[in-house]
Amino acid sequence: MATGHGHDDHHHGPAKGITRWLYTTNHKDIGTMYLVFSLAMFLLGGTFALVIRAELFQPGLQFVTPNFFNQMTTMHGLVMVFGAVMPAFVGLANWMIPMMIGAPDMALPRMNNWSFWILPFAFLMLSSTLFMDSGAPNFGWTFYAPLSTTYAPSSVTFFIFAVHMMGVSSIMGSINIIATIQNLRAPGMTYMKMPLFVWTWLITAYLLLAVMPVLAGVVTMMLFDIHFGTSFFSAAGGGDPVLFQHVFWFFGHPEVYIMILPAFGVVSEIVSTFSRKRLFGYDSMVYATSSIAFLSFIVWAHHMFTTGMPLAGELFFMYATMLIAVPTGVKVFNWIATMFKGSISFETPMLFAIAFVVLFTMGGFTGLMLAISPADFQYQDTYFVVAHFHYVLVPGAVFSIMAATYYWLPKWTGNMYDENLGRLHFWLSFIGINVLFFPQHFLGLAGMPRRIPDYALQFADFNMLSSIGAFIFGFSQLLFVFIVIKAARGGKKATAEVWDGSHGLEWTVPSPAPYHTFSTPPVIK
Amino acid sequence: MLPTIKKTVNKLWSGVALTLLAALPALGLAAPQMNMTQGVTDISRDTYGLHMTIIWVCVAIAVIVYGVLVFSLIKYRKSKGAVPATFYHSTKAEIVWTLIPFIILIAMAIPATQVLTATYDTSDAKLDVLITGYQWRWQYRYLSGDGQEVVFFSNLSTPQEQIDNKAEKGEHYLLEVDEPLVIPVHTKVRFLLTAADVIHSWWVPAFAIKKDAIPGFVNEAWVNVNEPGIYRGQCAELCGQQHGFMPIVVKVVEQAEFDAWLAEKQAAAAAIAELTSREWTQEQLIAEGQTTYNTFCVACHQPTGLGLPPAFPALSGSPVATGPIEKHIDVVLHGRAGTAMAAYGALLNPIQLAGVITFERNALGSNRVGDMVTPAEILQAQQAAQ
Repeated sequence: MATGHGHDDHHHGPAKGITRWLYTTNHKDIGTMYLVFSLAMFLLGGTFALVIRAELFQPGLQFVTPNFFNQMTTMHGLVMVFGAVMPAFVGLANWMIPMMIGAPDMALPRMNNWSFWILPFAFLMLSSTLFMDSGAPNFGWTFYAPLSTTYAPSSVTFFIFAVHMMGVSSIMGSINIIATIQNLRAPGMTYMKMPLFVWTWLITAYLLLAVMPVLAGVVTMMLFDIHFGTSFFSAAGGGDPVLFQHVFWFFGHPEVYIMILPAFGVVSEIVSTFSRKRLFGYDSMVYATSSIAFLSFIVWAHHMFTTGMPLAGELFFMYATMLIAVPTGVKVFNWIATMFKGSISFETPMLFAIAFVVLFTMGGFTGLMLAISPADFQYQDTYFVVAHFHYVLVPGAVFSIMAATYYWLPKWTGNMYDENLGRLHFWLSFIGINVLFFPQHFLGLAGMPRRIPDYALQFADFNMLSSIGAFIFGFSQLLFVFIVIKAARGGKKATAEVWDGSHGLEWTVPSPAPYHTFSTPPVIK
Repeated sequence: MLPTIKKTVNKLWSGVALTLLAALPALGLAAPQMNMTQGVTDISRDTYGLHMTIIWVCVAIAVIVYGVLVFSLIKYRKSKGAVPATFYHSTKAEIVWTLIPFIILIAMAIPATQVLTATYDTSDAKLDVLITGYQWRWQYRYLSGDGQEVVFFSNLSTPQEQIDNKAEKGEHYLLEVDEPLVIPVHTKVRFLLTAADVIHSWWVPAFAIKKDAIPGFVNEAWVNVNEPGIYRGQCAELCGQQHGFMPIVVKVVEQAEFDAWLAEKQAAAAAIAELTSREWTQEQLIAEGQTTYNTFCVACHQPTGLGLPPAFPALSGSPVATGPIEKHIDVVLHGRAGTAMAAYGALLNPIQLAGVITFERNALGSNRVGDMVTPAEILQAQQAAQ
C-alpha cells in the first residue's frame, strides 16, 4: 500500500489465496469458515447416521458388525453435537453479532482465529480413530464409564484429547462472544435493545463458559483412570461409576440448551421479520431464556432416573424438570402471538422457522412426558428418547440453522438464493424428518431399546419406515449444499434490506456486507 | 371422576390408534404395537395411566397452540392483504400463559409422585433375587430359602444363523433365552441389581421396571405380577458390542409350580457340586466344552477359533491355547486386563470351565494338544487363587 493511501488501510479487502483463511482475524471470514466446517461435519455425521439407518432397515445383521455399529452411533453423536450444531451457531454468532450490535469486529480477533483453527484438527484426530486397529470410540456419545474407561478401545485417548481441543475452542469462542457483546455495543444499544439472537447467544456463551470446563474435567478423570491408575469411576478401586454420570450430565444438560438457545434467537428474528410485526413479549423472551438457562443447571439427573437415586433426589429432579415447560411454553406462545394478526409471507427462512415452532414443540411435549419420573422408567434408553431429542435437535436446532442460512445468505453473498429450490429443500426436509423420527416414538413405546444394531421382529415395520425417511432427509441435504453454492456464485442481486419486514442494524449495511462494517459505530436512538 | 375421564380418554386414544392401524393393512403391513404396554402389575398399570394422562394433556395443549398457529397462518397472510397489527406486549397474556401451564404441571406432579413413591417401597418382599449384569448375559441368584443356592446364567438362545440372515427368524427373535428367570405370581418379589463389568439396565416393559445394574452398587426394584405368563425385555443401557443381544425372559408361574421348579433347581445344583468331584474323560470334557464354547466364546473367537483380529485374537494355534495349560487356565479364569477377554471364573461352573479349556486345546481349529484339565483341578486353581 502506497504511503499516500495510508488512510485506506482501514478499508482494505481480504488477502488473496489460502493465507486469507489461515491468518484472518476478520469476523466474517471466520464466521464463513465455521459455517463451511459445520456443513462438512453435518454431511459426515449424516453419513454415519445413514450407515445406522441402513443397518436398521431390516432385522438381522446386514452391513456392519455390532462393534462398528456402536462406533457409528458414537461418532454420529459426537460429530453432530460438537462438529455440526455448535460450530454452526458460533459461525452465525461471528458473522451476525458484530453486525447486529454495530461493532467493527469481534472483541478478540486473534483468539477468534485460533478458536476456529483448533476445530479441524480436533475432528481430524477424532475421525482418525476410525482407521485405527482398535476402531473408533464405541461407547456412545455419552461415554459412560466404565465402558469408556476400563472396557474402552485404545483409541479412547485420542477421543479424550479431541474433546479437550473442542472444549478449548468453545471456551475461547464463548469468551470472545461475551467480550464482544458486553463491550462493543454501539452507543445507545442498551441490553434491552439488543436483538434476541444476541441475547440468546450471550446467555449461551455463559452456559458454555460454565460447563465446558466440567466436560474437560470428566474426560481428564477418564484419562487418569485409563493411564495413571486412579479409580474415579472404577468400583473395584473404590470409585463410583455413577459419579461419571453426574459430572457428565452437569455438563450435558446445559449443553442441550447451548444447542437450542441460539436457535430461539434465530427463530425470534425470522418470525418477526416475515410476520412484519414486532416480536411479541421481547422482555419476557429475555427472562424466559434466562430462566431456562438457570434451570438447566438443576435438572441434570433427569437423565439418570433409572440409576437408583434416592426418592427425594428423584422427586427434586422431576419437579425441576417439569418447571422448564413453563418458560419454554412462554417462548412458543410469544412466537405465535407475534404471527397472530401479522402479515405473514412464506419465504424459505419462514417455512423453516414455522416448522421449528411446530416440531420443537413436539419435542417439548415428549420432554414433558420424559420428566414424569415413573413414566420415564418405561421411556429411558428407548427409541422414544431418540425421537424426543432428535425432534428438538434436527427440526429444532438444525432447522433453525438452515432458516438462519437462508435468512442471512443474501447479506453474506449479496445474491438471493433460488426461492423455488429453497422451498423444495424445505418440503423434502420437513417430510423426510417426520417420516424419519415420528415412527421412532412408537418404536420406543413398544419397547425397542436405543443403540442396538438388530431388533425383534415386531419393530420391523416402523424401522423400515424410519430408514426411508432418513434417506429422504439425508439426500435432500445435497440440495441445500447446491443452493448455497449457487447463491454464493451468483443470482439475483440482494438489496441492503433484503426482506421487506427486516429490522435491525445488519440490514443497514449493503449486501454483500463489506469486509469491514461499522468501523464508525452507528448511533441507536 | 378422574378414572372416568381416563377411561374415556383411553377409549379415544384407542380410537385414534385403531383408525391409524386400519390404514396399515392397505399398505400391506401388519399392525405393530404403537403404544406403551399396560403391563401386568399394579405399578405398570399406574405408569400407563400417567403416560396416557400426560399424552392427553399434551394433545389438548397442542390442539390449542397449533390451532391458533394454523389459524394465524391462514388468516393473516400477506398474500391475502393482511395488514400487520402493531401490538407487541401484553402483561396479562404473559401472566396467563405462565400460570396455566404451572397449574397443569402441579396437577401432573401429584399422581406422578404417588406412583413413584410406590415403586420405591421394596419392603415386605417374599422372595429376593440378585440380578447381575455381565457382558453380555444376565445372572440370577435366588437369595431366599434354605437348601442349595440356585444360581444360573440366562443367555440369548437365538441361533447366530438367524442373526446372520442365514436362517428364518423365529417368533421371539432376539427375545429368547436358554433359561428364563422364574418367579411366582401374586407374590412381592424384590430384585437386587448389580453388575460385574460395565453398567447394564434390566428392563421388562410389562413390569414397568427399568433399573440400572451398576458395578459396585446394589439397586433395588420390586414386582408383584398379577397374571402368569412369559414376559420379555432387553438390556437398556449400552454395555458393549453385544448390547443388543442380552434379552430378559421372565416366566411367571403359580406358587406351587414355582416351589417345584425351585426344588428341582436346588437338586440340580447339588448334582453339579457332586459332578465336579467325579472322574472325567477327555471326550466327555470336550463334549461339555463344545456347548460352553458355543454359548460364551463363539461371538468373539468365532466357530473356527480364528477370532476377529486384532480385537479378538485367534485361539487356533495361539501360544496360550497350545502352550502350558496353567497359563490357559489363568486367562480363562481371570480374563485379560485391558482387553475384551472377561474373567470367566465367576461366570461358569468348574465343569464348564474344565470343558471349555479342554475343548479349546483339543478340538478347536487346528489345536490337538492332547492334555486335559478336570473340574476338580479347576476348583483347586480357584481356591489357590483366593
